[in-house]
Amino acid sequence: MAKRIDVSGLTAYYSSHKAIEDISMTVEPRSVTAFIGPSGCGKSTFLRTLNRMHEVTPGGRVEGKVLLDDEDLYGSHVDPVAVRRTVGMVFQRPNPFPTMSIFDNVAAGLRLNGSYKKSELNDVVEKSLKGANLWNEVKDRLNKPGSGLSGGQQQRLCIARAIAVEPQVLLMDEPCSALDPISTLAIEDLIGELKERFTIVIVTHNMQQAARVSDRTAFFNLAAVGQPGKLIEIDETERIFSNPSVQATEDYISGRFG
Amino acid sequence: MSHATVPVKRPDSLSAARLPRWSPWAIAIGSVAAGCAIGLGAGLDSRIQWGLIAALLFVGVTYALGAKVEGRRQAKDRVATSLVWVAFILAVIPLASLVYETVARGIKVLDVYFLTHSMGFVTSYEPGGGIYHAILGTLEQVGLATLISVPIGLLTAIYLVEYGRGKLAKAVTFFVDVMTGIPSIVAGLFILSFWILILGFGYSGFAGSMALSILMIPVVVRSTEEMLKLVPNELREASLALGVPKWRTILKVVLPTSIGGITTGVMLAVARIAGETAPVLLLVFGNPLINGNPFSGPQASLPLYIYDQYAKSGGSQAAYDRAWAAALVLIAFIMILNLVARGIARWKAPKSGR
Ligand SMILES: Nc1ncnc2c1ncn2[C@@H]1O[C@H](COP(=O)(O)OP(=O)(O)OP(=O)(O)O)[C@@H](O)[C@H]1O
Ligand SMILES: [Mg+2]
Repeated sequence: MAKRIDVSGLTAYYSSHKAIEDISMTVEPRSVTAFIGPSGCGKSTFLRTLNRMHEVTPGGRVEGKVLLDDEDLYGSHVDPVAVRRTVGMVFQRPNPFPTMSIFDNVAAGLRLNGSYKKSELNDVVEKSLKGANLWNEVKDRLNKPGSGLSGGQQQRLCIARAIAVEPQVLLMDEPCSALDPISTLAIEDLIGELKERFTIVIVTHNMQQAARVSDRTAFFNLAAVGQPGKLIEIDETERIFSNPSVQATEDYISGRFG
Repeated sequence: MSHATVPVKRPDSLSAARLPRWSPWAIAIGSVAAGCAIGLGAGLDSRIQWGLIAALLFVGVTYALGAKVEGRRQAKDRVATSLVWVAFILAVIPLASLVYETVARGIKVLDVYFLTHSMGFVTSYEPGGGIYHAILGTLEQVGLATLISVPIGLLTAIYLVEYGRGKLAKAVTFFVDVMTGIPSIVAGLFILSFWILILGFGYSGFAGSMALSILMIPVVVRSTEEMLKLVPNELREASLALGVPKWRTILKVVLPTSIGGITTGVMLAVARIAGETAPVLLLVFGNPLINGNPFSGPQASLPLYIYDQYAKSGGSQAAYDRAWAAALVLIAFIMILNLVARGIARWKAPKSGR
């Protein structure tokens, strides 16, 4: 199920502003890859190029290749909607649909795609909520609005919503930045479980978190403000945190930076 | 580095003398009494003058007392508050007196018979008759206008907010702006020359509806646009990231989130056109008999009925009474629409809480 991502020579623009330049990397299936780097270096931008959400931004443009198991996401016959069904995404701020109940939020992906059997829906919702470690907290109030949950619960609801459509890759943009340590821990545990089934990419500003959850870590940086962000290095997380091959990485991780 | 210190006057204590809670009321009652007394004493005829004197006294006394007891800053605060109140009352007085006058005069002939019968062959000089034909006409014309305007307005707004980029969107926005400013008589004349004089169709409720939709479409576009812009982008992205196509995202996520506000906007637009007289005068023509078919032949409508009873009755009291009663019905209709709009907005608002 989980797929490998091969990026080569990827450059992304906002109108005329080049946000990231010439990024190449491989993301292994059934593993967690963490992106770290200073603010504004293009981590979110790069993440959004991996499921073609970048082009949703007005003026967003991409050059280069992203291969998902040998299929180029930016090929001329590729349907971005199909790409997003395969590569799911969790955002920095929890964004449940305010008009929908908890149940409907989780079912939204299936319902809105029109591809579901009524009888399966209950099972899928229960399975996804259990997968997101939220089932026990909400099973008695599935028909209540999703916006009535706490921030951490909302974020797990969004994760449940994302995994309900069975994507093959899950992109997470700072999923814990608005959460308390306990919810953060719950989501980190969850990531550990989810990697059995999905390929996971996570952006984080929290070094400990990157060290705890990821198998591989990529460090991004930018030469100066206004310059495009670049991939400095990507390696096993242990190596990046103990013995990185580039000095800038070590400086950033040890906090001797800027 | 040294910090430049700005001299600050600090109060010696955090609590200070305050006017009692009831003081604004006392001052208000006092100034109204004083206003009446001065008005009576000086023999001023106009009640408006009395009121203005009272208002000025209210603001002045509030400031003087506030400054004396509480200090200048609090006094300014009190003056601002009292000015807001005075402005509010000035705005409410005409509205209240309008509603009072209409109810008082309209209630005389308003009964079930009046609501369920047409004028028939009652001439405008004699008492009797009713407004059933006018209510029917207004409902049909406004209903048709809404049927035309809402889809066009909604789709235009969706285009502008969700898809519109570049020149075309700018042009559409510009024309919507221009349409907002079209006087209703011009809209009426346009349909008159196009539909009736050039294409040769006769007077009908539908012709009126077309003119009314010219007035209604820009209002619907504008209000819908504002509501759609209020939907956070994150919701659209959340839906797109689930692999939902854009049109479905708009249909299932964006519109449901904003449907309350959109409905309110549509209802307000309906209320706005329900009272339009000029296009109806030109295109629907008026008819004392019941004509249930809006597509052929002259119809009646409430604003037109009011105008006819007033202008074409030679000053007969019976006709004036009917005009007031019809005005009361029209105001009630619009108020009910507004209430319904509020109800829907509250009912459909995104839910929060547990
Ligand atoms: N919608 C946008 N329009 C124009 N420029 C943008 C937009 N979003 C981001 N940028 C620019 O692209 C660059 C990379 O931004 P990005 O959001 O990818 O950074 P980031 O690494 O995710 O930062 P952070 O850690 O603060 O989230 C920045 O220079 C930013 O100003
Ligand atoms: Mg970011």
